[in-house]
Amino acid sequence: MSIRDNAWAMAHALEKKEISAVELANQHYEQIASVDKDVHAFLYLDKEGALSQAKEVDKKRAAGEKLSPLAGVPLALKDVMTQKGVPTTCGSKMLEGWRPPYDSTVVTKLKSAGIVILGKTNMDEFAMGSSTENSAFGPTHNPWDLTRIPGGSGGGSSASLAAFEAPLAIGTDTGGSIRQPAAVTGTVGVKPTYGGVSRYGLVAFSSSLDQAGPCARTVLDAALLHQVIAGFDPKDSTSINRAVPDVVAAAKKKDIKGMKIGVVKQLAGDGYQKGVENKFKEAVAELVKLGAEIIEVSCPNFEYALAAYYLIAPSECSSNLARFDSMRFGLRIGDDGVKGAEEVMNLTRQAGFGREVKRRIILGTYALSSGYYDAYYGSAQKVRTLIKRDFDAAFEKCDVLISPTAPTTAFKIGEKSNDPLAMYLNDIATIPVNMAGIGGMSLPCGLAEEDNLPVGFQIMSPAMKDDRMYLVGGALEAALLSKWGKPILDFAPKLAGSK
Amino acid sequence: MAAISRDEVANLARLARITMSDAELDHLAGEMDVILGAVARVQEVAGADVPATSHPLAVNNVSREDVVTPSLTPAETLSGAPASEDQRFKVPQILGEE
Repeated sequence: MSIRDNAWAMAHALEKKEISAVELANQHYEQIASVDKDVHAFLYLDKEGALSQAKEVDKKRAAGEKLSPLAGVPLALKDVMTQKGVPTTCGSKMLEGWRPPYDSTVVTKLKSAGIVILGKTNMDEFAMGSSTENSAFGPTHNPWDLTRIPGGSGGGSSASLAAFEAPLAIGTDTGGSIRQPAAVTGTVGVKPTYGGVSRYGLVAFSSSLDQAGPCARTVLDAALLHQVIAGFDPKDSTSINRAVPDVVAAAKKKDIKGMKIGVVKQLAGDGYQKGVENKFKEAVAELVKLGAEIIEVSCPNFEYALAAYYLIAPSECSSNLARFDSMRFGLRIGDDGVKGAEEVMNLTRQAGFGREVKRRIILGTYALSSGYYDAYYGSAQKVRTLIKRDFDAAFEKCDVLISPTAPTTAFKIGEKSNDPLAMYLNDIATIPVNMAGIGGMSLPCGLAEEDNLPVGFQIMSPAMKDDRMYLVGGALEAALLSKWGKPILDFAPKLAGSK
Repeated sequence: MAAISRDEVANLARLARITMSDAELDHLAGEMDVILGAVARVQEVAGADVPATSHPLAVNNVSREDVVTPSLTPAETLSGAPASEDQRFKVPQILGEE
């Protein structure tokens, strides 16, 4: 049993009592102590809470109680999900020190499955970004190359997996914040169908796009975690009241003979790194070998997805982030007994929000203001309809769609931080999925020849057919593993002090 | 011509309740101009016949029986407040003197 094992193997070792949940948590804390000074995946470690959770699982197991499959396996939680009594900052000074008085539904489900929550992971402030450089608490570093970004906004979660600080993590994906970090760190990340996982307790950025999902090192591990966190929640009015697709069975099946897989023509070409395109094509060849039928499909309106996203997401963000008004929770600046509420609010928001958050609030305020509403927000919502129609037409012909997850491999920290538009282009292939509310997965498909860095392969499945992406992902992963002879993370340079 | 002026950005910052320095406003006005130039293309594609989508999947009104369910206690609700008094949020004055 090693911390480099996958979660499924850890669960087996726990079940066979080869290791206790307390020992397993401690091994991960040792790894965190060794490498996180360099990686900076975590913002907070809840050692006391995690060990008491682990002890509880061990006690139940000793008593012969029936436990859920992942009981005792550790997990890293993105700092955008509330966990009762544990600091939740969303990577912002606005919420520094805030301890939520309630658990998010995802956390409630994790706890009742006996999953041990090690701590909270770093992220771009309020999940706005593609590099984790927008965190108010400093960037996270990519374990493949510490001078590079781990993706964003969930860079802390993806880096914790790639650095073997945790075998499972929770992310949230508004425009690619689970999938793009997975792509650039050689890990697996899944954005479930919108409404598939409850948003209760997920601090809102863009409510019609935000979706929590599983992050792991293998497709099966992601499926096991998906099964735990998914399902109807009356506390989320957009939660889907239908049975969760059997993603675990799909991940194990590994038979895709006769499946129709669509390559999206528009998600390639200009702006895509050569090595990314090459690895993608090699993976497509593996799917052919597995008996899938590859079809090229055209989604012409995807060209407008990025522009529409950067109106819809900022618009919803400008409204959602109005709650940070210094009155009920979080930061308050300038309350000297003389200044009025409005002035205090203004000063607090000046001091509490970082540059990217301010940029998006202002952009959203503009897009929603009278006189511009129809031209910007209204047009963007129409584009959303067109993107949905493109997906509907493509899924008439195909079971799933595929593309590279991100146009490039991990770039250098600082390389794009002064150019918002260049940064936004990272999400060009992931955004259409959020706009249509469907499912999307990223799994590693090799190392780009230019820089030896991981490339992500995206699988998109129709709404509430999440099992299909696990089916294709599981089969492709197995084929690539036998081709490589070892998991992709074994090709990464070893971190100083790592086990 | 710029799509958005510095004065307009200053007005947006006022509406969004964010104090901004002159340097911040100068910088943001330039960035906003570039970003708006890039996102304006949404106007090119959709005609009047295309309906808007506000939500990805159709959701009907969700309601439940009007029964009391457990919720946060006043102490829990106020636990993160910058200031509180007598089971209430304490805020800076909201009306002028006079």
